Amino acid sequence: MPLSASEAYEPHEPHASHEPHAPHASKEPGEPYDLAVIGAGSAGLAGAVTASELGLTVALLDASAHVGGQFYRTPEPALGAARPEALHHDWAAFADLRRRRQATGGITHLAGHHVWTVARQSDELWAVHAVTGADGAGERPVRVQARAILVATGAYERQLPFPGWTLPGVVGAGGAQAMLKSGLVLPGRRIVVAGSGPLLLAVASSLAAAGAHVPAVVEATGYLRYARHHRALAANPHKLLEAVVHGSALLRHRVRLRTRSAVTEVHGRERVEAVTVSRLDGDWRPVPGTGRRIACDALAVGHGLAPQIDLAVGLGCATRPTADGTSALVLDGHQETSVPGVWAAGETGGVGGAQLARAEGELAAYAVAARLGVRAPRTESAHVARLRRRRDRMRSFADAMARAHAPGPGWPEWLAEDTDVCRCEEVTAGAIREAVADLGARDARTVKLLTRAGMGWCQGRMCGAAVACLAAGANGAAGAAGVAGAAGADGAVAPPGERRPLAVPVALGALAALEPGEPPEPPTSPESNDSPRSPESPKSPKSPVEPDR
Amino acid sequence: MARTPAELVGAQPGPPFEITMDGRTVTALPGQSVAAALWGAGIVAWRTTRVGGRPRGAFCGIGQCYDCLATINGEPNQRACLVPARPGDAVTTQEGHGRAALGV
Repeated sequence: MPLSASEAYEPHEPHASHEPHAPHASKEPGEPYDLAVIGAGSAGLAGAVTASELGLTVALLDASAHVGGQFYRTPEPALGAARPEALHHDWAAFADLRRRRQATGGITHLAGHHVWTVARQSDELWAVHAVTGADGAGERPVRVQARAILVATGAYERQLPFPGWTLPGVVGAGGAQAMLKSGLVLPGRRIVVAGSGPLLLAVASSLAAAGAHVPAVVEATGYLRYARHHRALAANPHKLLEAVVHGSALLRHRVRLRTRSAVTEVHGRERVEAVTVSRLDGDWRPVPGTGRRIACDALAVGHGLAPQIDLAVGLGCATRPTADGTSALVLDGHQETSVPGVWAAGETGGVGGAQLARAEGELAAYAVAARLGVRAPRTESAHVARLRRRRDRMRSFADAMARAHAPGPGWPEWLAEDTDVCRCEEVTAGAIREAVADLGARDARTVKLLTRAGMGWCQGRMCGAAVACLAAGANGAAGAAGVAGAAGADGAVAPPGERRPLAVPVALGALAALEPGEPPEPPTSPESNDSPRSPESPKSPKSPVEPDR
Repeated sequence: MARTPAELVGAQPGPPFEITMDGRTVTALPGQSVAAALWGAGIVAWRTTRVGGRPRGAFCGIGQCYDCLATINGEPNQRACLVPARPGDAVTTQEGHGRAALGV
């Protein structure tokens, strides 16, 4: 398979797809691709397929071995699953995208490619840098050049810490779902599902369908809050249907839904043995004396999703706070970011689900094609208008959902002083509160410099929301619940936590293999006052060879 | 009603093979990650932390949290949720940063 754009670094066959694909006929060797799509989930796949159908040459990069992203994560082919759709909602849409992908044949799928940065080479040329292999440890860096970028990097699960959440057997709700979908395994036999957000119902029904006993789904909000946004719900009947499907599955498996409650403690020495579930008040403060113990051997927990936007933030793309306290990319009506030439689709523009992601991926592809001078057939204009209306309708529902599941300002009250907030660096709530109360930290970055919270392997993905919230609490901005970039009482804007100059660990050998003249420094972000040479920067990029200590 | 995930999706995997976890034999299915194989055997911890020496295993399941770092065939700091299990793999509990031999 010719991949001349990356030949400078990649003399051998790149770690390419296990699935068949054909290089696009119109791409000359050495020429950049028209479009590089980063992420092969619902948004990226829809964008790549549509762009290819419009005649663009497309490189589709993804860390995983297969397309589908997290939502359409499928059992490895070697597991021989005859009914992979049994673990999925809306499988037909994915099957359709895969059919279209085979039919167009013009997508170069670069599987096992972990993109660590995107660099602007000129006004009309971008370089996407990736490391390869299942764990990204293959020390063969790849550079893919393209005339336009579509960031479709999805989201990761947001976590709020609580006593005992580092005990083995406590897993992310999305993590339990992912391990089930890809590896056909469960973290235990009796699994409590807890946290907040619509994902919990989907996870609980999959776990139960796969044979786990789910004694309870513990949701911090009251589901009645959706009623306040009945208009958005009425305009999105498929979401209601989805809820009914999950709801009836839970009834069938006799799963109890406990709303306005949270797991406030996990019990066990070496692994989970039980959890304590407490009632919450409207601000998510645990109500004293309401704790009830539920025996279980695993806990699947998550508090919604956070857009994975570090690559775009590194390019200087503007962000906005979302209704549930995360940061998402600012996008125009055509899915373009604030940086011309860089588009985004799906969760990166605000978490909204797979169906919205597909519509946005398609819209982005039409916009890219138009920018590159490819005229879509006239018959397509009605289709695009319809897509835009659907996108707007689904976005409004996503916003209503985000508002309903925004963490209440009282959640830090379930933390004990010795609860680890940062899992990687083992930084406790007490240490972070000390940094805020006694040392004057007012944002997550300062807390990080003082305590190392967020400085470990995961680069703050697991603790970032919680740390931002604890830091903002002292600012009187607790209601913001960890809004990255939110203004505190003094008007100061905290730097967003998604600044990760290297989005994934890169071995020193891979960096050393870069061509002379390739700037190893990440690009600067024009609207940020945070210097790329800030004190923690040299430590943030982790090398698998030398873990940060 | 399905009793196992494999029954739910009608899985007919290839022949199982063996890996070891601290010397204990664990049966893996072709296509499973190291973490999936360990979960399948009821093992949820294969690392101890650098500061507190506390046990950890897979948490996020998608390669984002790095809690599942394992020493596989002597090579530390590999994300067990991403690395496919291969016949004969020897997984050992990773203590701290996994580089004690370097004396750092």
